[in-house]
Amino acid sequence: MDINFALEHFPRLLKATKLTIELTLLSLFFGIFVGVFFAILRTSKNKILFFIAYYYSYILRGTPLLVQIFIIYFGLAQIEWIRESFLWIFLKEPYSCAILAFTLNTGAYTSEIFRSAFETINKGIVEAANGLGLSKLNTFFKIKLPIAIRQSLPAYGNEMILMLKGTSLASTVTLLDLTGVAKHIISTTFRPVEVFIIAGSIYLIMTFVVHNFIKFLERRYDYN
Amino acid sequence: MKNIYKFFLSSIAALAIFLTSAQADSIRIGTEGAYPPWNAKDESGKLIGFEVELANFLCIYMQADCTIVEQDWDGMIPGLIMRKYDAIMAGMSITDERMKTINFSQGYADEVASLAVMKGSPLEGMDTPKAINLSIGGGDVKKALKTLTAALAGKTIGVQTATIHQNFLESGDVGSVKVRTYKTQDEVNLDLAAGRIDAALAAAVAFTDYAEKSGKPVVLVGPTFSGGAFGNGVGVGIRKDDTDLLKKFNKAINTARKNGKISELAIKWFGFDASM
Repeated sequence: MDINFALEHFPRLLKATKLTIELTLLSLFFGIFVGVFFAILRTSKNKILFFIAYYYSYILRGTPLLVQIFIIYFGLAQIEWIRESFLWIFLKEPYSCAILAFTLNTGAYTSEIFRSAFETINKGIVEAANGLGLSKLNTFFKIKLPIAIRQSLPAYGNEMILMLKGTSLASTVTLLDLTGVAKHIISTTFRPVEVFIIAGSIYLIMTFVVHNFIKFLERRYDYN
Repeated sequence: MKNIYKFFLSSIAALAIFLTSAQADSIRIGTEGAYPPWNAKDESGKLIGFEVELANFLCIYMQADCTIVEQDWDGMIPGLIMRKYDAIMAGMSITDERMKTINFSQGYADEVASLAVMKGSPLEGMDTPKAINLSIGGGDVKKALKTLTAALAGKTIGVQTATIHQNFLESGDVGSVKVRTYKTQDEVNLDLAAGRIDAALAAAVAFTDYAEKSGKPVVLVGPTFSGGAFGNGVGVGIRKDDTDLLKKFNKAINTARKNGKISELAIKWFGFDASM
């Protein structure tokens, strides 16, 4: 490994990390809303709503993220009425296509995480809330949701890390994220080893931060 | 239990024989299989194209046993250095930039690059000469580059990554255009047709081939480019220490040129004689 070569290209990779972080945070942010929404649908007694939520999660978790991003970016662009509709303003840009694909993907996993968290809530607690005269809405926001969030922390931390690494696929739709710039540098220097080691290390540092942040939250909100 | 050991050992032995026999005096040639008509794949996944056929003939002339190995374009040169194959025949132009890392045989075919747009684009009808050679330079070339710089200002242009076309656009010769890089030429073509990019730059034959096969109204605009960042023809890429192999390829290319094989294959695949 050539240290000087590594140092020379490090600033460019670090700058590209900004886009990786941006894609991760935005996707996770939108993904939480999508996830909670579909998790609630999963508890619905309406069969149609249940089926929509069930198959959304089933299909998005059952296909590779790369395929999903390709369908959204290259696939939808083949359909003429989409190119002529207002959707094209959004779908024309690789950036918004990537955010859309990542959001839908992490939303599916998040909905599963929240669903199982809701299911593990002790019935006695809900009955106690009812007994105290809390309304349905109050029970949801003050009792069920906080418990579910705490329950899902470890699994959600995992999902955050998966999403962070998943954003590397943004490079397949021309975005210059950390992986995109790494490939770009390799294409002119022909030295994959050094460049990928640096890029890998930057990913590792980011997952380290996420991992410890979740651990901190887990300890902070430990209810034992 | 004994039988399992026997089976295991004989499998290893068979594998060892297989591996050594595969390496015995054979040349592995790396190609992309995604740059028609230079190299591509048919529906069944078989490698086809100008270079695939030429490689077979060169191997006959070298009396060598060849296998053609597929490799993604962006890992083509690293793959050669890491000995995944011994030679590259993938529409790779001979450039000074690449010569820093690998060697090239003499050129076997000429590749001219061109910009392409969708019919009806404002870039159509640019007033430039038909062809410019950046190595020769001069007033005409300067004027053409000036016209291009003005026409392309603020435009997004798609290219395949790690190509002479990317290098040219990033060299600043045509000002600061927005360059979008793709893994394959197929993807460049798709986004050009979808209207995501204003223009694309690649081998002219890559666009005419796509227009013909897809029926999309892709048209060439501006001059054809050669020389300078576009290199000096397409040659066989070989590791710097493999001087014997380099000599063999040069000799085989001479034979193929003299007996008309390169011209014949070029006319078959490109529709014109691109041999050099």
